[in-house]
Amino acid sequence: MAARKARTPAASLDKAQQLWLLACAFLALLPAAEHVPLWLTGVAGLALAWRVILWWQGLPLPPRWLLTFLVLAGTAGVFITYRQLFGKDPGVALLVLFMVLKLLELRSTRDALTVVLLSYFLLLTHFLETQSIGFAGLSLLALIVATAAMASLARRGGTVAAHLRLSMLMLAQAAPFMLVLFLLFPRVQGPLWGMPVDAYSGMSGLSDTMSPGSIGNLSLSGEIAFRVQFDGAIPPRQALYWRGPVLRFFDGRTWHAGVPQIMPSRELPHAVSGPAIAYTLTLEPHNKPWLFALEMPGTLPANAIITSESQMLARMPIRSRLRYALLSHPEYSLGGSNSADSFKPLLQLPDGNPKTRVLMSQWRKEAGGDEALIRRLLAHFRQESFFYTLTPPLLGEHGVDEFLFGTRRGFCEHFASAFVFAMRAAGIPARVVTGYQGGEHNPVDGYFIVRQSDAHAWAEVWLPQRGWLRVDPTAAVAPNRIETGLATAVGTGEPLPFMVRADLDWLRALRFRWEALSNSWNQWVLGYTPERQRELLSRLGMIEPDWQAMTAAMGTLCGLLLLGLMAWALRKRATRDPLLRAWERLSGKLSRIGLARHAWEGPADYAHRVAAAQPVLAKPVADIAALYIALRYGRAGSREAADRLNRMIALLKVPTRT
Amino acid sequence: MRAAASFKRWLFRLYGPEPAPIVLTQRRIFVLPTRAGLAFAATLGFMLIGAINYNLSLGYALVFLLTGLGLVTLLHTFRNLVQLEISPGRADPVFAGETALFTVLINNRRSSDRCAVHLHFSDAPAVIADLAADSTSPIGIPSPAARRGWLRPGRITLESRYPLVLVRAWSYAEPDIRCLVYPAPESSAPPLPLAACGAAGGAPGGSGLEDFSGLRSHTPSDSPKHIAWKAVAREQPLLTKQFTGTNQAEAWLDWGALPPGLDVEARLSRLTRWVLDAKSAGISYGLRLPGLEIPLGTGERHHETCLKALALHGGKES
Repeated sequence: MAARKARTPAASLDKAQQLWLLACAFLALLPAAEHVPLWLTGVAGLALAWRVILWWQGLPLPPRWLLTFLVLAGTAGVFITYRQLFGKDPGVALLVLFMVLKLLELRSTRDALTVVLLSYFLLLTHFLETQSIGFAGLSLLALIVATAAMASLARRGGTVAAHLRLSMLMLAQAAPFMLVLFLLFPRVQGPLWGMPVDAYSGMSGLSDTMSPGSIGNLSLSGEIAFRVQFDGAIPPRQALYWRGPVLRFFDGRTWHAGVPQIMPSRELPHAVSGPAIAYTLTLEPHNKPWLFALEMPGTLPANAIITSESQMLARMPIRSRLRYALLSHPEYSLGGSNSADSFKPLLQLPDGNPKTRVLMSQWRKEAGGDEALIRRLLAHFRQESFFYTLTPPLLGEHGVDEFLFGTRRGFCEHFASAFVFAMRAAGIPARVVTGYQGGEHNPVDGYFIVRQSDAHAWAEVWLPQRGWLRVDPTAAVAPNRIETGLATAVGTGEPLPFMVRADLDWLRALRFRWEALSNSWNQWVLGYTPERQRELLSRLGMIEPDWQAMTAAMGTLCGLLLLGLMAWALRKRATRDPLLRAWERLSGKLSRIGLARHAWEGPADYAHRVAAAQPVLAKPVADIAALYIALRYGRAGSREAADRLNRMIALLKVPTRT
Repeated sequence: MRAAASFKRWLFRLYGPEPAPIVLTQRRIFVLPTRAGLAFAATLGFMLIGAINYNLSLGYALVFLLTGLGLVTLLHTFRNLVQLEISPGRADPVFAGETALFTVLINNRRSSDRCAVHLHFSDAPAVIADLAADSTSPIGIPSPAARRGWLRPGRITLESRYPLVLVRAWSYAEPDIRCLVYPAPESSAPPLPLAACGAAGGAPGGSGLEDFSGLRSHTPSDSPKHIAWKAVAREQPLLTKQFTGTNQAEAWLDWGALPPGLDVEARLSRLTRWVLDAKSAGISYGLRLPGLEIPLGTGERHHETCLKALALHGGKES
C-alpha cells in the first residue's frame, strides 16, 4: 500500500500559482464589495493590496498570531454590524473575511484549494443579489480563472495560455452535463428551512401605504414589475388598469390599506360579464403578497385568494418569480347590491383641510347628484391650472388644501388622494386604488412589459345601484399619461428613468432586444421552477415526469455523455502524414491478394516481393515505390508529387486472386 | 490475507516483468478522487443545498457546471496516462548505498502533451515528467541501491493528478529492468598491496605515456598537457589523462590474502576499494576470489569485469 501514499512533490506554491489564486479570489470577491459593510470592503481591499505587495516583493507572509487576531477581530466586527453571525448578509461578510485572511496564509496546495472552494461559494452568494445575464457572464469568467488556478496547481510552470485553454476546454466539455442536470435534476421548491429574516431585503414594488411622493419615487425606477403575454390582441392602453392594493384609511398624510377582508372559499366579490381577455402574467418577486390582475379577474389562479375589495393575494409573499394564467373582463360590477351603510367607514376623514371641506359642502348643495359632483370636480382639475409632474413641491399640514388651492402641481398620488378626500367630504364613499397603469409592448418577443415606472394610483367611488366606479383624476389632468404613458405626460426635463424616455428611438430598439433576451433568460433559466420543469418534460414526451423518471433520464444521458468523452479520451490519432497514408493505402489494396506490407519491410524490399509474387504488378509497384522513396527520403517533396503518388496508387489495378 | 493479496495481484495485474513495450491500456488505469476531490464534492453538496433553499437558478447552474467539471476531470486525468508505451532503457551500475537511476523510454503517441506525470518505484521519490507530443522521452527513475548484486526495482507506479488536482489516476508497469550494484567501497582501507614490478618482464600495466587508458582526478603536480580539456568543456572537474606504458607496478587483489577476521561483505568492500584505487593509480591489477581468478589487466573493460565479479560474488547471479 506504500504506493498509495500521498506524494505531494512540493507543497509550497510558486509565484505563478500564487498569482493565479490571487486573480481567482479577486474575481470572486469583487461583486461582494457592494453588499458587505463599508468597513469590510476597506479591510478586504487593504488586505488584498498587502498580499499583492508581499507577492510582488517575495516577502514572507504574516505570522499566524496576527492572522488569528484578525480572524477574531473581523468576526467581532461582523457580529457588531449585524448583531448575529447567521443569515445571508453576515454569512457573506464572514466568507469575504475568511477569503482575504486565507490569502494571507496562502502557502500550501491545501490552502490553495481552500481558496478555490471559497471562491465557488462566494460566486453562489452573489446570485442572491443578482442573477442577470451580465452577472452570469462575469461568473463564468471567474470560473474559468478558478479552473485555470487549479490547473496551475497540478502542473507547475505551464504557460498562462495553456492553463486558460485547458480551463475553457474542460468547462466546455462540462457544459452538456450542466444542461442535462439543469433540465432533469428533480427540482424542489425552496426553502428547505426557515429563511433568515434578511433574505429578501432590497426588492422594490408597491407597498400597502401611500403618501405624497411614494409612487413618484417608484416611478423613477425602470425595473420591471411584471411581464404579460396576451393570448389575443393587446387591449387598448386605457383599459390596462392592473389592480393592486386598495387603500381605505387616511390619517391626513398617508393612506393605509388596513386589514383586508378575505372572501370565503375564494368566491369573487364582483360579477363579470362581456368578453374576456386571456393572458399569462410573470410577476417579478417583490416580497409582498399582492398579485396583479387586469380589472377584473373572472377566475383566480391556483393558491390565490381575493379580498372583498377585489384585490388578489397570494398566501405567501412573492419571493421568486411567479407565473399565472388569468381571464379578465373589462365589464364588471362590484358592490352594487350592497347598501350605503356598509360603506360608512369609507366616509371617514381626519381633521384638517378646512377649505376643501367648505368647498365640497358648497358644491354638494349646488350639484344635482353624485355623478354631477364627480364630473364637476374632474372638470375643475382639467380647467384650472393643475399640472402633472414628477417633482411636485412639498406639502405641509393641510396637504389637500395646499394642493387644491395652492401648489396645484402633483403626481398621480396627489390627484387620487385629493380626489378621494374631496369625495368623502362631499359624502360619497370613495377609496384609493394603487397598481400599475399601461405598459409597453416589446415587438421582439411579443411580451408586454409593465415597469415600476408604470405604478399608478386612481380612485373608486361608490354610487348606489351602480357599485364601485373607477375614476382616474390623473386622466383629467394629463390624458397622455393614460393614453401613451408617462414619458409624454410629463414635461421635458423631468427626471424620467432612462429606460422609458421617448426621445432615443435606436436605444429603445436595442432595449427591446435586450429585454426580450432577459425575458427568455427569466422565463427559461431563472424561472425554471418545479412546475415549469414538469411542463417542459411532458411537452418533450416524458409521460410521467416524477423524480424517478427524471433521475433515470438524467443518469442515462450523463452516462452517454461520459461514454462520448471516453471515446474522445481513447481516440487514437489517424496518421496525418499524407505520404504515409498513401503508402498504407497501397498496402491495404495489395492485402486483398495476400500481399500486405510487413511492418519491418522497407519500400524497395516490398516492391521486390510484390514483383516476385505478381509479375503483372512489378512495373507499376516499382514505380510507386520509387516515387515514394524519392518523396520520403529525397528533397522533391511537393504537394503535386504527393498527389501523383495518390493517383498512381488509386489507378493501380490489382488482379483478382485466382 | 492470501485471498486479499491474490485479489490485489489480479486487480493490478501484478505478474512480474512484462515484455516491452508495455502499453497502458484502459484496463490498467485506476482512477479515484483525491482528498481535494472529496472536499470539492462536499462543497458542491453544500452549494446545492444553498441553491435549493434560496431558489437560485443560477446557483443550480453553477453547481451542475462544477459537477460536470468534476466528471470531465475524471476523464482528463485518465486520458493523461492511457495509451502510454513503456520500454526498458539502460541503468548504469552504481555502488551500494547510492541511488540507481533506471531509464525507461516512454512513448507518447498522441498529438498532445502529457503533463506532470509522476513516476516512482514503490517507496522511492518520484520524478515528474512532461511527455511531449508524438515523441519518446527517456525518464530516469531513481531507486535506492542498498545491497550489491542485481537490483530489480519492481514495478513502476505512474500517476497523475493533472489537469486538476481533484482526481488521481495511476497505473503499474513492470518492465524487465535491472541494475548492477557494486559493493560499497570501504572508506578507510589499507593501501594497495603492490607486488614487485617487472617480474614477468613485458607484462602490460602501470602508467606510462604510450596508450591512453583512462582518467583520474587532477593533482597539482600533473602536467597541464595531460589535463582532459574535453571533460573540462563538459563542465566536469579537472581530470588527468592516464596512459599505460610498461615496467610499472602491479597488484594482485587476493581474497585469501585478507585478514581472516573480515566477513564476506567487508572483504568485498575492501577489494572494491582496491580495484578503484588500482585503476586510478593506473597500475595493472588482477583479482582472486574463491573459485574465480581474473588475470592482471588494465582498462575500462577489465575494471568492469572485476567490479561485476565482486558484485555478484556468492551466487548472486540472476
